Amino acid sequence: MIEREVTIRNRAGLHTRPAASIVKLAAKFQSEFFIEKDNFQINGKSIIGVMTLAAEQGSKLLVRFDGPDEEEAYRAMAELFDSGFGEPI
Amino acid sequence: MSKTAKQEVKLKGIPASPGIAIGPVYLFRKHEPTIQTRTIDVGEVGKEINRLQNALARSKKELTKVFDFAEQKLGADQSKIFEAQLLLLEDAVLFEVVYKRLKEERKNVEFLIQDEMEKYHRLMMASNDQYARERADDLLDVENRILRNLEEYKLVSKIDGSHVVVTHNLAAADALIFSRNEVMAYVTEIGGATSHMALLARALKIPAVVGVHQISLLAHADDPIIVDGYDGTIVLHPSPEMLKRYEKKKEQYHTFEETLAPLRELPAETLDGHCIKLAANVELEEELEFIKLQGADGIGLYRTESLLLGEEVFPTEEEQYEVYHRIAESVYPKDAIIRTFDIGGDKFMAQTVKENNPFLGWRGVRIMLDKPQIFLDQLRAILRASKKKNIAIMLPMVTNLKEVQLTKQLIAQAKDDLRARRIAFDDKIKLGVMIEVPAAAIIADHLGREVNFLSIGTNDLIQYLLAVDRGNDIVSELFQEFHPAVIRFLRRIIERGKQKHTWVGMCGQMAGDPLATILLVGLGLDEFSVVPNAVPEIKKIIRSIDYTEAIRVAERVLMMQSEDEIKTYLKNLMKRKFPDIPIE
Repeated sequence: MIEREVTIRNRAGLHTRPAASIVKLAAKFQSEFFIEKDNFQINGKSIIGVMTLAAEQGSKLLVRFDGPDEEEAYRAMAELFDSGFGEPI
Repeated sequence: MSKTAKQEVKLKGIPASPGIAIGPVYLFRKHEPTIQTRTIDVGEVGKEINRLQNALARSKKELTKVFDFAEQKLGADQSKIFEAQLLLLEDAVLFEVVYKRLKEERKNVEFLIQDEMEKYHRLMMASNDQYARERADDLLDVENRILRNLEEYKLVSKIDGSHVVVTHNLAAADALIFSRNEVMAYVTEIGGATSHMALLARALKIPAVVGVHQISLLAHADDPIIVDGYDGTIVLHPSPEMLKRYEKKKEQYHTFEETLAPLRELPAETLDGHCIKLAANVELEEELEFIKLQGADGIGLYRTESLLLGEEVFPTEEEQYEVYHRIAESVYPKDAIIRTFDIGGDKFMAQTVKENNPFLGWRGVRIMLDKPQIFLDQLRAILRASKKKNIAIMLPMVTNLKEVQLTKQLIAQAKDDLRARRIAFDDKIKLGVMIEVPAAAIIADHLGREVNFLSIGTNDLIQYLLAVDRGNDIVSELFQEFHPAVIRFLRRIIERGKQKHTWVGMCGQMAGDPLATILLVGLGLDEFSVVPNAVPEIKKIIRSIDYTEAIRVAERVLMMQSEDEIKTYLKNLMKRKFPDIPIE
C-alpha cells in the first residue's frame, strides 16, 4: 500500500476535465485507488467521487494505492498532478 | 344496486378551436415517473441487468447527441455540462455497486439507481464548493434520464375508439401525440385561447375549449360530454334534450361550412375589384393537403418551431431542407413564407435558461442572431428550398433595423456558402419581418424600406401593447383585439409600412376573426394569413363587400372610444350583412 501527498497545482482546481483525467488514468491500473481530503475519503475511480472533492488550487490531497501495480499507478498519478493536469498553473 | 342518472353539469370555458364534439371522456394525467420498489426473482436478475444496460446505452446515445450539438453549435461553455453528464453516466464505481446490490438484495434497478444516486446527491449538495453543488444538478438530470429510459416511457398513443381528451393542461407536444388517435375534442382546465395548444387544435380541426376550471375533478373516464368549441360551453352528462339541441347545432354548422366549398377556386376580391391575398398559417405537414382544399393563396406563415417539438437538439441543415423543400413543392406555384425559429430561451434545448420575464427576454430573432451557427443552418436550408422561387423568409420579434441588417449579412453569407457548394437557390429571395413588438410598429416605415413585406403578429403585439399574457386565463378578458389602441396601432402600421415594393399583411389570430375582416380590409391590409379552417369564411366576407364600404367602416371604428362600442357596431354590421355566419 502506498500513501502519499499531492498538491492541486492548476489555477482552475479540480473541475470536470481534471476529474475525468484522474479517473481515466486510475482505470488503467488494477490497484484500488482512494483520495482523501480533510479526512474525507472517496474512491478515486469514481468520477462522482472525485467531483465531490471539489479541491481548489493549492489544496493538498492524500492519494492511496493498494494492489499489484501500486508503484506504477502512483508514479503516473503523481505526474498527472505535477503537470497541473495539463492546464494553466 | 340502483343506478342513479348522473346530474347534468354545465360549465363554461374559453373557446379555443371551433367545432362541436359529443362523446366519452378520456381523462389524461401527465405521466409522472413513479418509483416502485419491487423484489425480483433470482432468475430475473439477468433480465434486470439487461434492462439497465439498455437504458444506459440509450441515455448515453441521447447525451452524446446533445453534447455533439452543443459543442458544434453552442460553444464550449454550454457543452461542458453535457460532458460532465456523460462522465457521470459512465461512473464505474456507481454502477459496480448497483450491480452488486442487485445480485445481493434483488431489488429492481429503478430503486437501486435512485438509492445510490441519492447518497452522492446529498454529498454534493452539502459541499461548500459551488462547483460540486452544480454537479448535483447534473447528477439529478442524469438520474432522471436513466429512469425515464428504464421506464421505456411510452407516450400515450393508443386510445380505443373516439374520445374527448380532458386534462389539466396540455403541452403542444402532448396534443400532437394525441392527434394521431381518434380525438374528438380537447378540454383543458387552464390555458388561454391563443396558447400553443389551442393553435395546434385549430390546425388539426379538432374542437377545443380551455380554461374550464375544475373539469379534471368533475369529469371521470367515459363520462358523456358535449364540447362546444364555438362558444366554450361544456356539458357533462347531457340530458336527452341537451343532446338533441347540440346534434342540431352541429348539423347547422356543418351545412354552413358546406356552402363555402364552391369558393375554393375563387379569388379573395371585393365586389369593386380590390384584390387581397388570403393565405394560410401552417404548422404541420399534415395540413398541406388541407390548405389546398380550402382554397388558400399559399402559406402566409410556416412556423418552423414545430420542427423542434420534443427534440433536444436543433435539426441539421439537411433535415430542415427536406421539410422546407416538401412545403415549397406542395404549394407551388403559390408562395410559402417560412418564419425562422421563434422560440423562447426556455425552449432552448433541454436545459432551462432562467429568465424572470421570458416574454421580454431572450426570444425570437434575438436568439438566432446570438447563435449564428444555428441561424445559418436554417437560412441555408430555406435558401436551398427556394430553388423554384416561391419561398420567402420572415423574422420573428424584430425590434430594430440592426436586427434586419445583421440578418441580411447572414443571408449573404449563407448564399456564398451555397454558391461554393454549387447548390442552386433564389438569389432574389424575399425577406419580411413580423410586426409584434410595439417599437417595430412605430418604426414600420423604416422597416418597410428595408424589407419586402411586414406581417402583423397580433397575438404577441396585443400582449405587449395591453400588458396581458395571452396564456393567462385570469386576465383573458383584457386581451382585446378591438381595443381602440390596437385599432389605431394597426392603422399606423399599415399606413407607414406600405411602400411601393412592400406589402403589409397579418398572420395573427385577428386575421381569421370574421368580426374583424371588414375593418381590416378597410384599414388597407394587403394580406390575410389565417388558420386553414377560416379561409373559406373570410373569403366569403371579402367577396361580399365593397372596398369603399370597408374604408368607411374603418373610419367609423377609428373614432370609437371603447372595445364594447366597436364590437357592438361590428356585430350588428355582420348580423345584417351575413345572417348565416355564426357570430358570438
